[in-house]
Amino acid sequence: MAATPGALKCEGDQSTLHPRKITVLPSVTIRFAGDSGDGMQLAGTQFTDTSALAGNDLATFPDYPSEIRAPAGTVAGVSGYQIHLANTEVYTTGDAIDALIAMNAAALKVNLRAVKSGGLIIVNEDAFAANDLRKAGYESNPLEDGSLRNHRLVKVPMDAMNAAATKDAGLNPRDTDRCKNMFALGLVYWLYGRSMDATIDYINKKFAKKPAVAKANLLTLKAGYHYGETCELFEEQYQVPRAKLAPGTYRKMTGNEAMALGLITAARMAGQDLVYCSYPITPATDILHELSGEKHMGVITFQAEDEIAAMGAAIGASFGGAISATATSGPGVALKSEAIGLAVMTELPVVIVNVQRGGPSTGLPTKTEQSDLFQAILGRHGECPIPVIAACTSTDCFEAAIEATTIAVKYMTPVMVLSDGYLANGSEPWLVPDASRLGRIVVEHPTADGKPYRPYLRDGNGARPWAIPGTPGLEHRIGGLEKQDITGQVSYDAVNHEKMVKLRAQKIANVKPVGASYLWTGPEKGDVLIVGWGSTYGAIKEAVLALRAQGVAVSHCHIRYVNPLSERIGPLLKAFTHVLVPEMNLGQLSMLLRARFLVDAKSVSKVRGQPFTVQEIEDAVRATMGAAPSFPVPAQATADADAGG
Amino acid sequence: MEAVMTPTAAKPNDYASDQEVRWCPGCGDYAAFAVVKKVLAKLNLDRSKTVFVSGIGCSSRFPYYMNTYGFHSIHGRAPTIASGLKIARPDLDVWVVTGDGDALAIGGNHFIHLIRRNLNMKVLLLNNRIYGLTKGQYSPTSLQGMKTKSSPMGVLDRPMHPISVALGAEATFAARSIDGDVKHLEFVVERAARHKGTAFVEIYQNCVIFNEGAYQFATDKLTKAENVLQLEHGKPMIFGANRDKGIRLRPGGLTPEVVNLKDVPADSLLIHDEHATDPTLAFMLSRLGQPGFPEPMGVFRDVEQPTYDDQVHEQVQQAITQKGGRGDLQKLLTGTESWRVS
Ligand code: SF4
Repeated sequence: MAATPGALKCEGDQSTLHPRKITVLPSVTIRFAGDSGDGMQLAGTQFTDTSALAGNDLATFPDYPSEIRAPAGTVAGVSGYQIHLANTEVYTTGDAIDALIAMNAAALKVNLRAVKSGGLIIVNEDAFAANDLRKAGYESNPLEDGSLRNHRLVKVPMDAMNAAATKDAGLNPRDTDRCKNMFALGLVYWLYGRSMDATIDYINKKFAKKPAVAKANLLTLKAGYHYGETCELFEEQYQVPRAKLAPGTYRKMTGNEAMALGLITAARMAGQDLVYCSYPITPATDILHELSGEKHMGVITFQAEDEIAAMGAAIGASFGGAISATATSGPGVALKSEAIGLAVMTELPVVIVNVQRGGPSTGLPTKTEQSDLFQAILGRHGECPIPVIAACTSTDCFEAAIEATTIAVKYMTPVMVLSDGYLANGSEPWLVPDASRLGRIVVEHPTADGKPYRPYLRDGNGARPWAIPGTPGLEHRIGGLEKQDITGQVSYDAVNHEKMVKLRAQKIANVKPVGASYLWTGPEKGDVLIVGWGSTYGAIKEAVLALRAQGVAVSHCHIRYVNPLSERIGPLLKAFTHVLVPEMNLGQLSMLLRARFLVDAKSVSKVRGQPFTVQEIEDAVRATMGAAPSFPVPAQATADADAGG
Repeated sequence: MEAVMTPTAAKPNDYASDQEVRWCPGCGDYAAFAVVKKVLAKLNLDRSKTVFVSGIGCSSRFPYYMNTYGFHSIHGRAPTIASGLKIARPDLDVWVVTGDGDALAIGGNHFIHLIRRNLNMKVLLLNNRIYGLTKGQYSPTSLQGMKTKSSPMGVLDRPMHPISVALGAEATFAARSIDGDVKHLEFVVERAARHKGTAFVEIYQNCVIFNEGAYQFATDKLTKAENVLQLEHGKPMIFGANRDKGIRLRPGGLTPEVVNLKDVPADSLLIHDEHATDPTLAFMLSRLGQPGFPEPMGVFRDVEQPTYDDQVHEQVQQAITQKGGRGDLQKLLTGTESWRVS
């Protein structure tokens, strides 16, 4: 390939290319990190797309700063994108980082502790001047003070290289600087033997109307690639062979994309349009973005004035006979709670998605947490049960949305789907289903049969009929006041109230799962059972597989239907000596399991805005079984080490 | 108003449900109930396509008494339920019945946004300037100094002007009437029913139990004519038992004043214009009131603008046209960046 003029001045400049040793790796975890303005999310997604095309299984984890405009160069402004790719099935986004690309000093500071001992650190050495170090809170230069001696450090003057590579494109200095993510990406492409084609296509399309920007990006991408090739900085290149995936068509999907597609698909399966009512809130907003761009699919989106209005509008649409949904995060669910109670009382189907984030209050808006389980199951006034389905992977959000819609309509009830920031923003490959084989969601609206309409006469599932306005002869009134059984007239009768409370509770207790109620790995008895729910699925699964390979008698139960809980879970829990419940909260599921099944379920808690690592789960199991952990468990980690999390 | 006409002529009581009406005897809500039934019958609205949505409060019992579809929701949220319903089902004729606490206190945000979106529906606000259902606390429209159960030393809050709020939220239709003048109320409610867009009607409603006489100035036969200005489109603003007073702008400014007709030339009086594109005149009228001015009754503003529900569905159609047909699910699921594994 022709060298890009001017861009290749590296120390010990080699004019002849020489082949490097190629090391084959079964799996690798790479993290791009830089200032929020450095384009790390784009570099990360491009690397992901290219790896998917190369046939790897993978999982990704973008880690955004909470503040949109945190001061440049500070640790608060660091944005990261982690990719775990492998030639086998990938369950997590990777524990420890094999290769960190740090675009500035703050990015190094935040991410260093996650890099494996001996791991590769590629830094943009142009962003380690005194001022950069000061902003990042470094007292001495980590590139020089020996603090990286346990890692393989590669210093690249990316600012200078990028400027030199793009000088013919004619961009101003600011726009030039914005291209350096592509330089870094080019370098990483070379390092992992990846093709640049998909990214070249992307740049050409994305900047079709800005040829100068396209040119600069292409020049610097290629310059980065050639820099790796020509400079003597790397002794080896790496290759991650393709994974053996089931045949079919794949795409990459985040949890929020999956949720949006699931809702559209569910509405199609019901033969209806989707009415989606929502108020913007991190990290759920992408669902609104996604759906508002799919109007031609028969999607009506309503951006309400607040969370309460979004819930009310979804209920109103449901009263009108629509498939309706809303999505929010914990603080939004708090606001919606009264109206969810109304939907329970009026027995109308609505899907409510909670993409959980760190709480309480505004909490950690961009960080992940599982602390809304109690809120989902119990957090309403009165006896107010609803089914709750917890998606366990990003792509499982698709299934969860369809299952929730199916149950909502079948049982005439609001249903909550739990996702979280990790699932919502993380992505993984998805085997695209055949749309013609998705089945149907049966929706029935009664018509007049000459008899008086009885809005609260229940069917075999305990569901009331869904008569909708516009149906002559079925005019009726519903509302938040207690109903007389069967007739639905307002009733303040005490005995009737108790009966209705029980009927509503029984209806939810009887809900039959549409998909898996829980996922199971390992034998149905043994020493340790790890019970999880939601986004901890990957970390637990990987830990259990690793421990089992080492002969530890551990099994994994991952609950998708957190309400109602399957009756079968009780006996299973009792078949193990120890029950461990890792959760990103202070032990909510473990408390439910203890209350419900009278077992000594022990909580393994982590509330740091970051997912569990596989190592942390393994250590918890070993600690339970009396072995010393090979790695400090989170509770023992120092507060200081947490600062950049 | 898109509801299909029923084949036989309807009578007011066809719209009454079998529920026993439970407002206090003498409550102004009865008048509103009677008038609404009458207007629905006059317009021969299809009961099965009509939906009454309410929040919480005395007035919010309304849907139970109507033999249409109805939704008695939660405090302040009727506009949200009604909005979702209307967006999903633009074919329905949707009426929101609310009160001063429901619409302006707990539901203030929804009220504003409902009106600004101009969804095609009617909003009847029964304003009794008090909380009736919770037995007598002051409301957002209670007058300053008023002694109530929760303001034994007098209300400190300044009262809200519902019509001003509605106009501030870009109302395309805003009107006021009073329970004591059923002819006028019927006229206003019918005008609202015929409006395309959000039609907001404030109804002065007497609460005989907790705020008796709040509107006596406008109902008392002796004083009424002096205290009320009947708005008539295209007509000068004249009032008084002898029709000898008028409203004009004080020369050289934007301040209205009451003048005696014999002191000023007739053409200096303000002429009412319901259809003015600019809402300034309507807003100025919404500020007039006791003491010092007569309170305007009638239609403050009636202009036609695109409705939200129409536009939402137009966008869907537009998207379908732009993308060359209704979306194909398989294409959506496959996305644009897929790859094959064999
Ligand atoms: S309390 Fe007042 S507003 Fe309520 S029903 Fe009685 S009279 Fe009417």
